[in-house]
Amino acid sequence: MNMLAPKPAATTPAALSTPADFAALPKVSRLRPVLAQLLPPLLVVVALMALWQFAASGPNATLPPPSKVWTDARDLITDPFFDNGGLDKGLFWHLLASLQRVALGFALAAVAGILVGLLIGTSDFAMRGLDPIFQVLRTVPPLAWLPLSLAAFREAQPSAIFVIFITSIWPIIINTAVGVRNVPQDYRNVAAVIRLRGPAFFWKIVLPAAAPYIFTGLKIGIGLSWLAIIAAEMLIGGVGIGFFIWDAWNSSNLSDIIVALTYVGLVGFALDRIVALAGRFATRGTSAS
Amino acid sequence: MDRFLDISQLSVAFPKAPVPVLREIDLQIARGEYVSVIGHSGCGKSTLLNVIAGLLPATAGGVVLEGREIEGPGPDRAVVFQNHSLLPWLTCYENVKLAVDQTLSKAMSRAERSDWVLENLALVRMTHAKDKRPSEISGGMKQRIGIARALSMRPKVLLLDEPFGALDALTRAHLQDQVMDIHASRGTTVVMITHDVDEAVLLSDRIVMLTNGPNARIGEILEVDLPRPRDRLALAADPRFVAARTAVLEFLHTRHANPALAAA
Repeated sequence: MNMLAPKPAATTPAALSTPADFAALPKVSRLRPVLAQLLPPLLVVVALMALWQFAASGPNATLPPPSKVWTDARDLITDPFFDNGGLDKGLFWHLLASLQRVALGFALAAVAGILVGLLIGTSDFAMRGLDPIFQVLRTVPPLAWLPLSLAAFREAQPSAIFVIFITSIWPIIINTAVGVRNVPQDYRNVAAVIRLRGPAFFWKIVLPAAAPYIFTGLKIGIGLSWLAIIAAEMLIGGVGIGFFIWDAWNSSNLSDIIVALTYVGLVGFALDRIVALAGRFATRGTSAS
Repeated sequence: MDRFLDISQLSVAFPKAPVPVLREIDLQIARGEYVSVIGHSGCGKSTLLNVIAGLLPATAGGVVLEGREIEGPGPDRAVVFQNHSLLPWLTCYENVKLAVDQTLSKAMSRAERSDWVLENLALVRMTHAKDKRPSEISGGMKQRIGIARALSMRPKVLLLDEPFGALDALTRAHLQDQVMDIHASRGTTVVMITHDVDEAVLLSDRIVMLTNGPNARIGEILEVDLPRPRDRLALAADPRFVAARTAVLEFLHTRHANPALAAA
């Protein structure tokens, strides 16, 4: 029973091996959907740029138009890798510093969050004891943790990482716990019939069944981390995209801020997609059925 | 009579319910017998199966399999669930393999277990899809994998919980024939829950008819005295088949009509 539809990618080698007049055919059909995807956002971006240019061109305009951003911050846009020492670095280095903090804080939050989530998902006592505390703590805004963590760690770097950690851990805990509690009765019945118990039941049934929930938590967590690091870096200083923005504001480089914001958005988008992709890879067919 | 599977004075009540779901069920099933349990929806057919499977506790009475009382679920009573219950993150092969590894790891070496998985997949003619995940195959194929998984545990009793209920008529007929073949070749004892009269008559040695629940009892047991192997086309006009079918229909629709429909 050949139920699989032929993969679209399979046409490529076939097209390459056929004569040139045939090779042209599939190429067109492959380009069209790409264009259909790319064209609308491109058109909208151009239109918005035009609108912005028009709105910011008047004599009383407070923000620079795109043309001025380009002339002001040209070296910043075209060369993200320069390094003149101190804080005078390309955006790549600032983003890299921020990403390193996020990576460390988020990794710690993922490990701790999944472990605690598994615990309160399996133990009613832990659930009743910890859940009310978590419900209160998770509403504390990220930056409110900063003074306390500065006092505790007495250094900027670990404080920023702690803020990332404490911001992103709550959705990871809560989603993991929900995932563990929602393991379908069907799967539990199957496990019961084949006498799968204890750690084996946990590894072979609970963890894979909860994986889609866990990755939902991780996806929310990485988004919150990126939100928190920008704000935290504005306060703690040093190399990092957050402080870069704050520094640019203090020296009235509005164009630099706009360029930095674009990069922040793109990186945040990329982070979200990377976690989503990892989730799709790790959970395989689970969420599809 | 050979008391291979012996259900005696079995009553099942759920907490907080005033009347039990099942009351004083007595049923003896011989080795290799194919028994169907039929009744209107809500009469407790699935409850009965779950008690035999050990997934539900009996309130009074009990179930004895080969002289040992049933306590909790186990691979000697493999269940084919109505909704297939395959694990979606495993391939078809891995789904069966998990059951084999878990239940036969002492009896077989690693290579033997792998061969045994493939043998059971071949039995339900699903070898071609062994590396697909459940989301990539049709409902009938999923149910075949479910049957292969259950059979691979070498169960003493195979419990089928409306296994073909969610399938279209053609797929269902095809699977029924396969189950008949498997029953003939492996000689497994089968208890099947169904609400399909034709299916019950075609497949069973005996049909257990339950009265309406709650407080359901065994209303009648019909012996289906048809020679095996059975052929659905030849039987369609066979007077013994028609008589058995009529007897079950008469029980279900005249003497014990569906209370939900009667009220409407």
